[in-house]
Amino acid sequence: MEVRRFFMRRLGSGTTFRRVARALHMPTMCVSVRPLSCFPSGTPDQTVAKKQQHAPCLMANLTCKKNFWQGRANMCTASHTTLDPSEMKKFQSLANRWWNEQGEFAALHSMNDLRVPFIRDNLLNRNGRRKPGSPLSGYKILDVGCGGGLLSEPLGRLGGLVTGIDPLEDSIRTAELHKSFDPVLNNQIHYRSCLLEDITEEAAETFDAVVASEVVEHVNDLETFISSCYEVLKPGASLFITTINKTNLSFSLAIVVAESFLKIVPSGTHDWDKFVSPVDLERILESNGFYVESINGMCYNPLSGSWSWIESTAVNYAVHAVKQKAQPEFTETTAEEHQDQTRTSTGTSV
Amino acid sequence: MVGTAMACSLGFDPNLQGKKILLLEAGNKKEFEVPESYSTRVSSINPGSATLLSGIGAWDHILNMRCKPFNRMQVWDACSDAMITFDKENLEDEMGYVVENDVVMAALTKQLEAVSDQVKVQYRSRAVRYTWPLPYQTAESNPWVQVELASGQQLQTKLLIGADGPNSTVRKAAGMQTVQWNYEQSAVVAVLHLSELSDSASSLVWSTTHQHATDLLALDDESFVDAINSAFWSNENHSELIHTAGTVFRSALSLLMPSGTSPRQLPPSVSRVGPKSKAMFPLGLGHASEYIRHRVALIGDAAHRVHPLAGQGVNLGFGDVACLTRHLSQAAFDGRDLGATRHLLEYETERQRHNLPMMAAIDILKRLYSTKMAPFVLLRTLGLQATSAVPPLKEQIMAFASK
Repeated sequence: MEVRRFFMRRLGSGTTFRRVARALHMPTMCVSVRPLSCFPSGTPDQTVAKKQQHAPCLMANLTCKKNFWQGRANMCTASHTTLDPSEMKKFQSLANRWWNEQGEFAALHSMNDLRVPFIRDNLLNRNGRRKPGSPLSGYKILDVGCGGGLLSEPLGRLGGLVTGIDPLEDSIRTAELHKSFDPVLNNQIHYRSCLLEDITEEAAETFDAVVASEVVEHVNDLETFISSCYEVLKPGASLFITTINKTNLSFSLAIVVAESFLKIVPSGTHDWDKFVSPVDLERILESNGFYVESINGMCYNPLSGSWSWIESTAVNYAVHAVKQKAQPEFTETTAEEHQDQTRTSTGTSV
Repeated sequence: MVGTAMACSLGFDPNLQGKKILLLEAGNKKEFEVPESYSTRVSSINPGSATLLSGIGAWDHILNMRCKPFNRMQVWDACSDAMITFDKENLEDEMGYVVENDVVMAALTKQLEAVSDQVKVQYRSRAVRYTWPLPYQTAESNPWVQVELASGQQLQTKLLIGADGPNSTVRKAAGMQTVQWNYEQSAVVAVLHLSELSDSASSLVWSTTHQHATDLLALDDESFVDAINSAFWSNENHSELIHTAGTVFRSALSLLMPSGTSPRQLPPSVSRVGPKSKAMFPLGLGHASEYIRHRVALIGDAAHRVHPLAGQGVNLGFGDVACLTRHLSQAAFDGRDLGATRHLLEYETERQRHNLPMMAAIDILKRLYSTKMAPFVLLRTLGLQATSAVPPLKEQIMAFASK
């Protein structure tokens, strides 16, 4: 099975793969909001890897597949009733492993060494207020796809009021349990099992920062996701994204090496088609009212189990984008109006 | 001393504001007043420790109370004429300070009161039982360290720092292996008054066999002074061979390095000993193989215990305090759980890399200088003279001891 999938990947674009996969009755990835770790993690768990033959999929039925074959214009909305029970079971077994720092999610734990300072320093640089001992005090932060709360907890400890959302209830339950022992953290963080799209209305312009770490490579419709982020952010607030680039190198490292050879990421976790290059992400962000402050490459060293910042964004990278403060009034000039304007101007052509 | 310094250091750290810190003292609260007469237990504080103490504001109190800086250190060999002098160029900077332990404690306690809203001190609280958490999250177990006091009070904490001395109960309860041995020696401590300056005092630490130490303590003050003087001045252990070898070597060195010898200071003469100032305590070496576990860290004598010959014991402890505070501060600034093993491991690695060479050097020196056998005496005589003649080497030694 592993070998077959390996060769199917080799067929080239994901679409070809999907056509073949469909023929072989293999469920394919539709929408999944990072239920699993997406990078090489510490200890391979062979039993889990074997169970994870199929890609995680929150929509297991015809609606999703039909939409998918029609192209990726439509977004699949997931509801719990359409959740595949077999998928649920897989993540159930992983749900209580979130907090084992040497387990499957070791790489996500060590990624905090990069992402927490990244978020903290960029927020402090923009706003400058700093309470000693609690640098993010007063910041409302949304952690999309929070999983077991690996990133929510450090942000909460730094004083932020964190809302963590994840579609998987078991992960949310793990996160709730883990924070419950710390009375201070318990009040700083609130978890909710839902999707971002579910809260855009009630949480419009609420958050000082949105963090979507290792999420966008699992989202089916990136445009809608980014515009939902836009809606929940206050003007001038920050969006932090960490994700994987769409390059040959990322294919070979993050998918082939990590999934098929070293088997340190469950097979099928990542769909190379869903990877987004920094250029595309920047374009989508800018067309949705953000401007991109910085893009930094990240590199994971599987031997030491640690991450570091690098120049190249060839595999993993992090983006800091800021929601523009005031959307300029954009009125569509019609063709006639444009001609009038050019006629009245002093003859210089633009 | 080291435990109080740790509590102070944490309380003053800006990144740890808002964290709740509790210092458990088994003894009673002592009202410290600087007594008229000098106390026996003193420590030599190196510049690194002085930096830590001034960072937490205790150094000013110490300077206001009583402390004596020293600029030179001279080491004689009893069995030969060899000696070595450590001093900084121009004798401007201090090499270190001799401070009474009571003075240090008084200064630290005063500073603790300044951060009393964050650091609480509980006296007469002896811990009787510790319950250690599992290293990872499970639904049933409490992830924090539970401490039960003799009074029955239950406490829980994210990080337990053990600073309870060489017989640390924290270390034993956590099951950390310790490498330790006794030196079959005791140290006799006393306050001496030297004949040159009548109003200043010196501190004596005489490391010798248990029997001899007991005998010394039993002597009256006059005989005690005589014993000290004869130990300083007598030549009874000198042998011709060593003497000749030493002289020849010294001439050879002065040919190679003309500036290699510094003015020789004669040993002091003791005129009297401070009343009721004699005491003794056993000596040994101890080193915990691990300084940390999940949610536990050891500092000071609980982690390492050395011979007092180099005056480094409390300095290693203060070094631990500075290092652990730095790592905890950074961890708090990164939003990490303070009891997490990652930064505790970094602390352990950093300190073990510093402490182990120092402890090994002290142990070797102790063994080397404990013997009167000719080959060793020859070795140490020539070695001492050679080291004394090489200023860069001396500077390296001083720099290492000052950290």
